[in-house]
Amino acid sequence: MSRQRPEPMQVVKQRRDAALNALVEGVPYIRFLGIEFDRRGDELTGLLNFNDTQIGNPFLPAIHGGVTAAFLEVTSIITLSWSFLWPDIESGAIDVEQMARGDLPNLPKTIDFTVDYLRSGLPRDAYARATVSRAGRRYASVRVEAWQDNRSKLFAQAVGHFRMPQPTPKPETPGD
Amino acid sequence: MVNKAKVARQFIEAIPHARALGMKLTEISDGTAVITMPYDKKLIGDPKTGVIHGGAVSAVMDTCCGAAVMSHPSAPGGTATMDLRIDYMRAAHPGQAITTTATCYHITRNVAFVRATAVDEDTDNPVATATGSFTVETKF
Repeated sequence: MSRQRPEPMQVVKQRRDAALNALVEGVPYIRFLGIEFDRRGDELTGLLNFNDTQIGNPFLPAIHGGVTAAFLEVTSIITLSWSFLWPDIESGAIDVEQMARGDLPNLPKTIDFTVDYLRSGLPRDAYARATVSRAGRRYASVRVEAWQDNRSKLFAQAVGHFRMPQPTPKPETPGD
Repeated sequence: MVNKAKVARQFIEAIPHARALGMKLTEISDGTAVITMPYDKKLIGDPKTGVIHGGAVSAVMDTCCGAAVMSHPSAPGGTATMDLRIDYMRAAHPGQAITTTATCYHITRNVAFVRATAVDEDTDNPVATATGSFTVETKF
């Protein structure tokens, strides 16, 4: 008995990066804010590229609380989407080329999002990493942390609940 | 005496991110503020439907809550967000502006408590609601 020969590294990387790019590049608001994602295996880190339009208090100056909230929310949604799409991307059930042409799978919808502002966001790049605390069939709970210079000195953290995209529309049953 | 509403208006209109999103402060007085943000394709969060991203709604909510705090008669200066929770009731209609109304319903020497609601043209059904606590700064 012999195990299947592993795929060449380039094939694996190309597939994963193409899927992630399609997911991120397909959303105009993510591009508008200048958010990118760094991938190491299945782990994602959100990167908020600083620019002057993100300023919320010109006197300090500090990043706008709304930008911070949006960055955390984007990182949560992309990380959550990535975690549930991963098996289908790996198995080939999702056609990555089709995704790249703009045919994106349905994404989770935010139900609520609570941001804890720990210190003011400095006018420089920020990073964020999200953890899916629970992913159910209908709902998911996600935690996310953002930092700038030091990984251990968070400037904001958040928790959010999301409604998961439903696979196929089925007839509604009472009490569902 | 300095006119609080005027100071708050000038402050809000000078915020680079508020300008980038095209926010317009339409009302401000005694702890209540109204801000409108026009629909823009760059704010789309779901390319399939054209619905704007929740993050953009968060940004107007946060700005509007801050404006409400600064316009409160007991607020001595600026403010910063400590905590903001947003509940999303429904998707905003593509093509319609978002209007947020925030009220600073309680303020102490150190903390301001705020509630806000966001609607589109269907003003009877909120798109989102928010609750937050803000710092009370002596300066701007």
